[in-house]
Amino acid sequence: MDKWKDNKAWFFVLPVFMIVAFSAIIPLMTVVNYSIQDIFGPGQRVFVGTEWFKEVLSDTRLHDALWRQFLFSGLVLLIEMPLGVLIALMMPKKGWAASVSLVLIALPLLIPWNVIGTIWIIFTRPDIGLFGAAVNSLGIGFDHTASSLDAWITLMFMEVWHWTPLVALLAYAGLRAIPEAYFQAAKIDGASTWATFWYIQLPKMRGVLTIALLLRFMDSFLIYAEPFVLTGGGPGNSTTFLSIYLVKVAVGQFDLGPAAAFSLVYYLIILLVCWFFYQVLQNVGKGETS
Amino acid sequence: MAKITLDKVAHSYIANPKDESDYALRLIDNIWDDGGAYALLGPSGCGKTTLLNIISGLLTPSNGRVLFDGKDITHLPPEKRNIAQVFQFPVLYDTMTVFENLAFPLKNRGFNREDIKERVLEVAKILDLTDSLNKKAARLSADAKQKISLGRGLVRKDVAAILFDEPLTVIDPHLKWQLRGKLKEVHEQSKLTFIYVTHDQVEALTFADKVIVMYEGAIVQIGTPQELFENPSHRFVGYFIGSPGMNFLPCTLEGNKAMVNGVGIELDDATAALGEESHGSIELGIRPLYLEVHPEQVETSVPAQVKSIEDQGNYKIITVSLSGNILRARLPEGREVFSEKAWLKFPKPWIRLYANDKLLTRQ
Amino acid sequence: MKKRTIFFIIYIFLLMLPIYWMLNMSLRTNADILGSFAFYPKNITFGNYMKIFTDSSWYNGYINSIIYVTMNMAISLVTALPAAYAFSRYKFIGDKQIFFWLLTNRMSPAAVFLLPFFQLYSTFGLIDTHLAVALAHCLFNVPLAVWILEGFMSGVPREIDETAFIDGYKFPRFFLTIFIPLIKSGIGVTAFFCFMFSWVELLLARTLTTTVAKPIAATMTRTVSASGLDWGLLAAAGILTIVPGALVIWFVRNNLAKGFAMGRV
Repeated sequence: MDKWKDNKAWFFVLPVFMIVAFSAIIPLMTVVNYSIQDIFGPGQRVFVGTEWFKEVLSDTRLHDALWRQFLFSGLVLLIEMPLGVLIALMMPKKGWAASVSLVLIALPLLIPWNVIGTIWIIFTRPDIGLFGAAVNSLGIGFDHTASSLDAWITLMFMEVWHWTPLVALLAYAGLRAIPEAYFQAAKIDGASTWATFWYIQLPKMRGVLTIALLLRFMDSFLIYAEPFVLTGGGPGNSTTFLSIYLVKVAVGQFDLGPAAAFSLVYYLIILLVCWFFYQVLQNVGKGETS
Repeated sequence: MAKITLDKVAHSYIANPKDESDYALRLIDNIWDDGGAYALLGPSGCGKTTLLNIISGLLTPSNGRVLFDGKDITHLPPEKRNIAQVFQFPVLYDTMTVFENLAFPLKNRGFNREDIKERVLEVAKILDLTDSLNKKAARLSADAKQKISLGRGLVRKDVAAILFDEPLTVIDPHLKWQLRGKLKEVHEQSKLTFIYVTHDQVEALTFADKVIVMYEGAIVQIGTPQELFENPSHRFVGYFIGSPGMNFLPCTLEGNKAMVNGVGIELDDATAALGEESHGSIELGIRPLYLEVHPEQVETSVPAQVKSIEDQGNYKIITVSLSGNILRARLPEGREVFSEKAWLKFPKPWIRLYANDKLLTRQ
Repeated sequence: MKKRTIFFIIYIFLLMLPIYWMLNMSLRTNADILGSFAFYPKNITFGNYMKIFTDSSWYNGYINSIIYVTMNMAISLVTALPAAYAFSRYKFIGDKQIFFWLLTNRMSPAAVFLLPFFQLYSTFGLIDTHLAVALAHCLFNVPLAVWILEGFMSGVPREIDETAFIDGYKFPRFFLTIFIPLIKSGIGVTAFFCFMFSWVELLLARTLTTTVAKPIAATMTRTVSASGLDWGLLAAAGILTIVPGALVIWFVRNNLAKGFAMGRV
């Protein structure tokens, strides 16, 4: 469809532009402002150039948080992508069973993020939680408030429980879009279930899976509420990811300068990844229409 | 090689069908000879795709049996029957090359590498795909892709019949005739049974030895293109085949004449006798090709009013009105100048009588 | 087929288990919970729920959340509809760049915007108002809305627009009476996702509110940070936050797959 060329279309975009600019550009300018100044008190500010950036980039705790973040996001993708696809393959294809399945699967996605944390605190406590009690009754001393490993395990369980449905829903939609004829042809060609998956279903899910990958990576990179409620970033710093660390620095320590510099660095990393995935998405889209 | 028998096959998509209208396919009792080129022709919804899917095994009929060479295969899945199917749009394995696509059915059936390679090269040659073998299948044009689909059927030496479900639907018009010709060529070479579903009569009539015309879930006529044209056994066949379709005039019989609103048209004795013996409302049918239209009165002609003359390129179609009935006829070259009146001559050998939509004929 | 269904049912069971557990807690008193471990509530009590329904510091939380989420949905839809139309139908200077910029906002870490938002909204006196949270959530919901709507709109052939204009329709009338009904399901899907992301977001909602517009999420986390945890009450509050979400999913269930098929979440 060839679009009409008309710059007056900008008027349609104006309201959106203004709202998002208000929510994004102005705050960002504030952040940039703070990142290059040192503020002692009201009205007392000194231009310090790139000092905060240097400090932030050399902050070992920031590096630690960054590595933890990559580890976390990596694990998320590693587990949720295949699991989501698997679930989508198992879901009923039509009828009332399909509707009910969709609703049940989508449920975790609509729970406020702090409540997610609360659910899993309750669930994993050895004294009152089913999971906690069950594990401890097997003789394994499980305490996510004391052990970093236990904290990470609980975190991963919570995260996978919470977000795999998103991958599953996207994959499910992708699967439903495949015309029946492909499966009929595969049957006639004598293809096994695995071959049908590998040569037909998976390739045709390329688009939705790329989107799922992008979304899960980005959202896991920004995560705050769920781990914060569950572990508060602990024990120690073991589950302090980037957003949690940033909030600690900004609100806890009230170091506006470094926090601002950190924010910009954080935002830049995300933009880079976003741009990268966007390019991939565009090419996938082109590939499918050829 | 297989003789395909449909033994009292019927199909309903509803669990508990109550009457005829619940059936997508009404009673089909038919034998299809080995090696023929058949077309299943009919408008959308007439049941031709249902029938095709029953033959291929993608659908199990709710009634009746399907036999290949006398063996009951009604409940066998498609991969166990010796058939292949080409679909309306190209169905390929996008991630594979053309070679791998063609090799796939053989690989799944456990053939060894050498045999597969030999067979794939053979088939690629027949289909003019040899140069594309190493290309990714997804990159080829639509007609090449359909050839690959056909190829996946041809590679299997055990294949007895290839079924086509409106395969030219997504092909560019100027490539359609090319692909059609190729299909016919392949058919002659391979001597497999080809069953071709289409709603396009030109495709059906040029491709097939025998055309099976379907209407509302039933087979209305099986015959060669010529038989369908000259002796359509059902009113629908007369109307559907031919461009424009057969003319029909409601009439009553008086002696040797068919009376159309008081105008008498002479019939030959045999036809008149058939009319006498029949029951129900009678219609007189004649194809536009055979209906003669003269600018002046000639022997045994009846007057009619000229409504319009359309130029179809190679020939002209004249539309006339006879006692309130609209008729169409083909005008031969030269006979093109008409005033408001014309005289119609109904050549007796080409007059057909229909009672209750069925052709009256001496069995 | 059968094996598939069994595994799927197992998955659903595991998925619902933590939620069931919380339901279990919510129907017991805190003393009962801490006193003995039980798989199901032996002495069911609705006391926790009654407390929430009668204590304004609790039920206001829900009301506040619903208010700002609805406001956000309205603002997002109203602004996104014309913008999506522009992106779908027109070529204009900077169109690709703006579209990409909008998408990046969907990916903004709330943590980065925490303080700037606080300062910005303080300046306008918007702290502790529903509008503040609604506006803040526009940061990521408006781009999402534009993205989803553009997808649905591009599925409507331009011939329809052209025919309407030839027939003499002025744009507002065409848009409201012809175009919008055609993308009804798209609007439904968009509204659903706007609801979802606004309803679940904690950080901004908590930071920009103090008492009057405090969302239920904030009330719950404040309970957590206080000593003397009432698990039963917390659980009941949690269960109640799931209810609106479940209702919304149920109503749009038929469009859910379609929306995800757009692949634009």
